[in-house]
Amino acid sequence: MTLELVLFIIFGSIAAATAVLMITRRNPIISALFLVVNFGSLAGLYLILNAQFIAVAQVIVYAGAIMVFFLFVIMLIRPEHEQKLFSYKPQLKIFTIVVVLLIFLQLIYVIFFAQTSAGLTKEVSASVNAGTIESIGRELFTNYVLPFEAAGYMLLAAAIGALVLAKKKFE
Amino acid sequence: MQIPIEFYLALSAFMFTVGIAGVLIRRNAIIVFMCVELMLNSANLTLITFSSYLGETTGQLFVFFVMAVAAAEAAVGLAIIIAIFRNKLTVNIDEINILKW
Repeated sequence: MTLELVLFIIFGSIAAATAVLMITRRNPIISALFLVVNFGSLAGLYLILNAQFIAVAQVIVYAGAIMVFFLFVIMLIRPEHEQKLFSYKPQLKIFTIVVVLLIFLQLIYVIFFAQTSAGLTKEVSASVNAGTIESIGRELFTNYVLPFEAAGYMLLAAAIGALVLAKKKFE
Repeated sequence: MQIPIEFYLALSAFMFTVGIAGVLIRRNAIIVFMCVELMLNSANLTLITFSSYLGETTGQLFVFFVMAVAAAEAAVGLAIIIAIFRNKLTVNIDEINILKW
């Protein structure tokens, strides 16, 4: 048992457990908080995978900005009869379980038996180099500068779009 | 001992299926939206895993762009939910069916 494996088990089980808890809680605030914990443990997994920059960005962008946004919207929207929202039909439940099991078995089959990635071992030095902010920044401003600029315009457009959509229309 | 890559991929697959289950069983539009974020994150985990095991930066750049798209999507999607809530006073996706015929 190396430290890497212990950390993987801890963060992985936290991520899996909070994902399940998130979809089973009735209160949307509690769901959102479990999702924050899930994002935090994912950031830990990214650190184990030597992706430092993405781990920090995950905490700042996902666990910080996006989830605060979700919590604000939950606060703005009146918590109506959550009981009614939660009560679903039993057929839907069975359908969901069947669909989800099929998809999960497919994915697990591909991962473990299709041998697409068998024998892939991590070269630690290469993967540490790949995850630094220096190499990501170099790629971002040389080979991927056009998508980078496009992402900036997309964020601007999304901000304006959100404003226009959510604005109250005064007559 | 190194962690086999299959462990990470299996965790990612599990989180993705949990996200699908949440989209199918929950009726609250905001929770459905959070499940979509969960699925995006499980795909991100796969990208980071392959990027790390192959020693390539490209996967992490993809994750960077996915994060940008997710932020934009969250902003616009939640604005749409607020606009719908203002008109119909509900976030139950069973009652939001004006585009269904």
